[in-house]
Amino acid sequence: MEKKIIATTSLAGCFGCHMSILDIDERILDLIELVEFNKSPVDDIKTFTKPVDIGIVEGGCCNSENVEVLRSFRKNCKILISLGECAIMGGLPALRNGIPIEECLREAYLEGPTVGLNTTKILPNDDELPMLLDKVYPCHEVVKVDYYLPGCPPRADLIWDALVALITGNELALPYEVVKFD
Amino acid sequence: MKDRIFKIISKYNGDSSRLMDILHDIQDTEGYIAGDIMGLLADLLSLSAAQVEETVSFYHFYSDKPRAKVNIYLNDSVTANMFGRAEVLKAFEDACGISEGEVSEDGQLGLFSTSCIGMNDQEPAALINDKVFTRLTPYRVSQIIADLKSGKSLDEITVESCGDGKNALPEVNATVYNNIRRKGALLNNDYPFYSVVRDMLPNISSEEIIDIVSESNIRGRGGAGFPTGLKWKFGSKARGERRFIICNADEGEPGTFKDRVLLTEYPEMVFEGMAVAGYAVGADLGLLYLRYEYKYLLNYLNGILDNMRKNNYLGTNVAGIEDFNFDIRIQLGAGAYICGEESALIESLEGKRGEPRDKPPFPVEKGYLNLPTIVNNVETLATVVKIVKNGADWFNKLGNKDSVGTKVLSISGDCRFPGIYEVEWGMTISEVLAMCGATEVQAIQVGGPSGALIGKKDFGRELSYSDLPTGGSMIVFNNSRNLLREVVLNFTNFFIEESCGSCSTCRNMPYVLREKLLKILNGRGVKQDVEDILQWAKVLNVSRCGLGQTAANPIVSSIRNFRHLYDALVQKEVDYDSGFDLESSVLESCKVVGRQPIFHHH
Repeated sequence: MEKKIIATTSLAGCFGCHMSILDIDERILDLIELVEFNKSPVDDIKTFTKPVDIGIVEGGCCNSENVEVLRSFRKNCKILISLGECAIMGGLPALRNGIPIEECLREAYLEGPTVGLNTTKILPNDDELPMLLDKVYPCHEVVKVDYYLPGCPPRADLIWDALVALITGNELALPYEVVKFD
Repeated sequence: MKDRIFKIISKYNGDSSRLMDILHDIQDTEGYIAGDIMGLLADLLSLSAAQVEETVSFYHFYSDKPRAKVNIYLNDSVTANMFGRAEVLKAFEDACGISEGEVSEDGQLGLFSTSCIGMNDQEPAALINDKVFTRLTPYRVSQIIADLKSGKSLDEITVESCGDGKNALPEVNATVYNNIRRKGALLNNDYPFYSVVRDMLPNISSEEIIDIVSESNIRGRGGAGFPTGLKWKFGSKARGERRFIICNADEGEPGTFKDRVLLTEYPEMVFEGMAVAGYAVGADLGLLYLRYEYKYLLNYLNGILDNMRKNNYLGTNVAGIEDFNFDIRIQLGAGAYICGEESALIESLEGKRGEPRDKPPFPVEKGYLNLPTIVNNVETLATVVKIVKNGADWFNKLGNKDSVGTKVLSISGDCRFPGIYEVEWGMTISEVLAMCGATEVQAIQVGGPSGALIGKKDFGRELSYSDLPTGGSMIVFNNSRNLLREVVLNFTNFFIEESCGSCSTCRNMPYVLREKLLKILNGRGVKQDVEDILQWAKVLNVSRCGLGQTAANPIVSSIRNFRHLYDALVQKEVDYDSGFDLESSVLESCKVVGRQPIFHHH
C-alpha cells in the first residue's frame, strides 16, 4: 500500500494536541510504516512540498496568519481534521470572544499586572506581525472541515484509531466510552 | 432615602412576593434601583441580594442605572419599521441630540428601543415615560420634543391628540385608537355590565357555571386553546386552602393588541369574568397581570374595580352571595414577553424572574404561591360572561364545528383598515384579507412570530384550532416587502431578545439560526445552510416553554412557505462557504493598534 501523506499544524493552540499525537508512543514506528509526514512540526518541514492526503489542525484561528495557514491546509490536503477543543470550538483562546478587542489589548499590553516593562506604552503594531481577528474562530467557521476529533487533548488512542481507520479505509469503532463526555 | 424604602416596604407588609410592586415604587421615587438599594431590600425582605438583583436585571423597564428624566422607548416591531421607524428614530436622535441607547448629558432625555408595545395598528409608536404616543412622524417627534423642552407636561401634550372611545377619558388620556372595525357576539354592546354577577350568580351553583362553560366548548383565546371548562373543573377539584384566578393581560405577542382594546372598552366584562371564574372554582382573589406597556390604563382600571367594590360586585359576600368573597388586584409587569407564558407569569407575580416552570404540575394544581390557580386570557374571561348570560347553545351556534364562537383578531400591516375585527371561527385567510382591505398580498403572519408565515397557496385555509390557530395576531405583508430581511430577521431578533435564557436550546439556537440567516442574506449562503436550519431548529422542541419551542418558527415557516426566496439568495456555483471574511475581521484590531491592514493574496 502506498504511504499516505500527512501534514499537521498548530494554530491558536498550545501544542497539547501534538503532544497527544506523540503519546501514541511506540506505535509511532508503526505509523511511520503507514504514512509519510509533509509540512509538520514533527519533521519541521515548513511548506507543503507535495499534495497531502490528511491534514491535521490543532487550534482555532485568532489572527490573520492562522487563517492563511488554515487556508493553505485546506488547499493542499484532501481530508482536513480538526483536532481538539480549540480547533473545534475555539477553546481557551476564545474566552476573549465577547470582550472588545481594545479592552483585551489594553489589559495585555498597557494595564495588566505584568506589563511594567512596556514603558513606551505601545500596542504591537509592526507590519510583520499577524493581524488579530475580531474574535477567535473555530476552524470550520473559516474553511470546510471533514472530521472532528474532540478532546482537550484528544486521547492518543483516539488519534491512533482515527488515523488507522482513515488510512485503511475501515470504519472507526466508536464505543460508548469513547463518545461520552460526562 | 432609607425612610422612603421603609415606607414602600411597609406599604406591602414586607411581603417579598410583592417585589415587582416594590421595585416599581422605588423606581418611581428614586429614579432607578441602585445596588445599595437592592442590598437593603434583600435584608428587609429576607431575600438574598442575588434574588433581588436577578429580578431587577430580568425586566426591561427596571433600571439599575440612573435613567433620564424623560425616557423614550421607541417600538422596534416589524410594523413600526414598515411604517417609518427609521425616520422617526432619526428625528428623535436629532431633536434630543443623542443616539439610540443613550441618555443626554444633562440627564433630561433618554432614547431606547423596545419590543412590540401592542400598538401595531398605529405605528410607529413610542412610550414616553409610560405614556403612549402613536402614529409618530418626524414632524410630530420634533413637536413633542420641542414641547417637552419648553416645559409642557406629557399629559398636556397627549391631550391635544387623544384617541377614540375611552382613550379620551381624563383618567386614560392616551393618544391610542381602538380601531374597532367589526363587532360580533362578544363586542356588540348588547350586554348590561355586571348582570351575570348581580342577577344570575345568586341563583346558580358553581357546578352549574362550570357545566355551562364546558358545554359551550369555549377554548382559551390566548393561543394555546385549552378547553376553559375543563381547566375550571380541574381547578375546582384541586386541593389547596386557597384558589386564585389570574387574568393574563401580558399581551406581548407582536401584532396582538385586542386585549388592550378589550381592557379599554370592556374592562367591566373582563373583571366580571374573573368574578364568575372565582365563583365557579371557589377562588377568593383574582390577579390581572397587566403588561407594563399598558400602564396608561392602570388608574382607569383601578377606578373600575373601586366602582365594582362600591356596588358589591367585588368584596365580601359578593352580590349578596353568602361566603362568596372575591376581590381583584392588578399586577403591573415590567417588560418581558415571556411573562405571557402562564407559569412565567406566576413566577413574576411572586416577585421573581419570569422564567417558566417545569410542567407538570400545571397551575391548576400548583400555581400562584403553589396553590390551585386558573390562568385565563382577557378575551376568554370576557366571553365567558356572555356565555353564562346567553347559554352554551347560543355559543355553540357560532363558529364552526372544530372551533366554536368568535375570535377577536388584531390585524395590522399592509392593509387599508388595520384594527380590531371580531369574526366567527372558520373564516378563510382570503376573507380576512378582503375584510381588512389588503391588496397585492405577498404573505400574512398568522398568530404572531410564534405562529406561521403563509403565502398565497394557503389563503384558502381557515382560522380554527385545527387548521390555523391564532391568539389573534395577523400581520399582512404586501409584495413590496422584503420578507426575509424586514420580517423574518426582525421576528428572530425578537425571540433572541426575549428569551429568558433558562434552556440552552432557546438561549443559543435562535442566535445560531440568525447567523445562518444573515449569512444567506449577505449572499454567502449555500444550499446546505438552508437544510442545516431545518435540521438544527428541531432541537428547540426540547425547550421548556412555548417561546423556546417556537423561536425558530419565523425562519422555518418562511423556508417551508417561501423557499424560492432562499433559493434565489444562496450561491449556485459553490456547495460550501463558511461565510468568513478576513478583510472585515481584522479591521477592528488594526484600528485599535493603529496600523493599515495588509493582505497577501496567494
